Amino acid sequence: MNAVLVIIAFTILASAAVAMSLRNLIHSALLLVANWLGVAAFYLWAGAEFVAFAQVLIYVGAVSMIVLFAMLLTRRARADAAVVPGSIDRAISALAVSGAVAGVLVFAVLQTHLPAVTPPAPAATVRQLGAQLMGPQAAALLVAGVILTVALLGAVILAAKERNSNQDDAP
Amino acid sequence: MSPLPLCLLLSSGLFCVGLAGALSRSNAILVLLGIELMLNAANLNFIAFWRFGLTPSADTGIIFVIFSIAVAAAEAAVGLALVIAIYRHQKNIRLQEAARLKG
Amino acid sequence: MSVVAPATDSFLERLPLIMRGWFTGLFPESLRWLAGSLLEIIAILAVFGLLFAFLTLAERKVLGRVQNRPGPNRTGPAGLLQPFADGIKMLTKEDIVPLVADRLLHFLAPVVLVAFSLLTFAVIPYGRHLVALDLDAAVLFFFAAGAGTELSVFMAGWASHNKYSLLAAMRALAQLISYELPLLLSVVPVVMLAGTLSATGIVAAQGGWTAGVIPHWFVLRPWGLAGFAIFVVAALAESNRSPFDLPEAESELIAGHLTEYSGFKYALFFMAEYFGMTALSGMGVTLFLGGWQAPCAFLRFIPSYAWFAVKLFALLLGCIWIRATFPRLRIDQLTRLAWKFLVPLALVNLGTAAFWHLTAGWDGALQIARWALALALVAGPFVLLGRRLSTGIAPRTYRYAAS
Repeated sequence: MNAVLVIIAFTILASAAVAMSLRNLIHSALLLVANWLGVAAFYLWAGAEFVAFAQVLIYVGAVSMIVLFAMLLTRRARADAAVVPGSIDRAISALAVSGAVAGVLVFAVLQTHLPAVTPPAPAATVRQLGAQLMGPQAAALLVAGVILTVALLGAVILAAKERNSNQDDAP
Repeated sequence: MSPLPLCLLLSSGLFCVGLAGALSRSNAILVLLGIELMLNAANLNFIAFWRFGLTPSADTGIIFVIFSIAVAAAEAAVGLALVIAIYRHQKNIRLQEAARLKG
Repeated sequence: MSVVAPATDSFLERLPLIMRGWFTGLFPESLRWLAGSLLEIIAILAVFGLLFAFLTLAERKVLGRVQNRPGPNRTGPAGLLQPFADGIKMLTKEDIVPLVADRLLHFLAPVVLVAFSLLTFAVIPYGRHLVALDLDAAVLFFFAAGAGTELSVFMAGWASHNKYSLLAAMRALAQLISYELPLLLSVVPVVMLAGTLSATGIVAAQGGWTAGVIPHWFVLRPWGLAGFAIFVVAALAESNRSPFDLPEAESELIAGHLTEYSGFKYALFFMAEYFGMTALSGMGVTLFLGGWQAPCAFLRFIPSYAWFAVKLFALLLGCIWIRATFPRLRIDQLTRLAWKFLVPLALVNLGTAAFWHLTAGWDGALQIARWALALALVAGPFVLLGRRLSTGIAPRTYRYAAS
């Protein structure tokens, strides 16, 4: 069982690391899609099927599309692709910071006394999740609906072309 | 090593990779992708505790992850709309140049 | 997949299970699960591969007859060997990759597309005991795998390093994303009224007959009829079929995102389109047409997989017929259709289905009121919205040469 976890972990970490370090944006995005598929595989291994399918549907099916469209709509000219001055310093400091955070987190995980007994796999049928979402968590569901609506409207307004008064001089 | 610490180490590793990416890249879209990686790492954590944690009958982990995925998708949409708006203004999406409050 | 069938099932019903049991019995105990899975994979690949081959032939013959010509009839008797001739042609063509194309992505795009398309076949129940993966969230799995196919459209357009391919890929993606929403919204009432996301559960919820002759299929309910119509339109658009085949039409930006593909990779794209159409038709049969259930109680002696095949072929024939009949929609027309017409109708349909569910206790004369109200809720917005969206489009004036 741990062998599967090691393979999934390697996929997730390797694709994320390479995605964050490539110069080619599209390859970064597609490696990130591989990362999200790896995360979905982790959810399947842990037995959370609904979340795994939702992860694929939302991240691989929709967020990847938004990211790729945004990359295509904001492309720079070739001449502009020079290395930004100061990027090496930024990279080194970022690696140092994330190394420190990694150190703290790993220390915390290894020091905590976690239960060593693996409980049997909990059953999470869709019916139970639905009953939870419509019952105790209904308020959160409604708030999530409001958030999504506001985000939809906000994204449309932010990205829409500005209406100029001199737009109707076309033949 | 039991699975739970391994899963937690995986999510910590993914979080730090996302953090490094978000801090070091100058392209706004890649910073947003780093943030998405961090959110995914948190979701991994929730599912790891749901599966191997102390109260196996609680579905709270899954519910939280469902909401987290939904909110992350909404945040990605708004963030990328912002990126497009910045691009329209300054013709590139280098974050170092978006340093002024007034356009 | 259940490996034990009740003894009351007929022999033909149990035949697939008997064959599966014989095959897995040849293997040692520890490898039985692997043998069973491999058998399911090979069965799906073989059946739907052959179906794809003969579907291309059927399409060309039906299109030909609609257009008053015979269609392919030279290779083999009545053209039956045409698909194999096409296959040989595709396999022996030269595989041309542009010099500046991104080779890895150019190669991966058709592979990813076919992989996700094949995954969608795993959750459809083909018969009473014939489902490869009996998942609790099968419908979600189906649409998640379908959403993965959109990525390969982008990869194909991008990797070709051709501005027309990229433009066409973005248009194709706009079409796919726009029709994702009516597709999912039309399925939500079915899930709501069946009470489960599992495909076998949805088929079981459509069992039973009124007076032994009228089945309880969801398409025979008002909300189910509207949902089925929206599902069919959205499914045609999702699989890039006519009249929504703007992404791959030869007169549109050469061949859209498939411009730089030739030979076997083009055949893979083609195959994935037919697989998508077949899988969506199969899911439509499962969700709305009762899956493998027989239409009348006394026809139950015909095995369940035969009924599924009949319904699937009927839907596929309908898709081919639609292709032969309607002209292609422009990109602005099809996005307008999706966002302004299908999405509001699908949302209203959700309300109608909720009304149907809450009034399940009405009987007697109230049953007639229930049907009348539900039909009004389905037909009313359709007529009103259709009228509203067609205003401003002047009636056609025809001018003939002789007049």
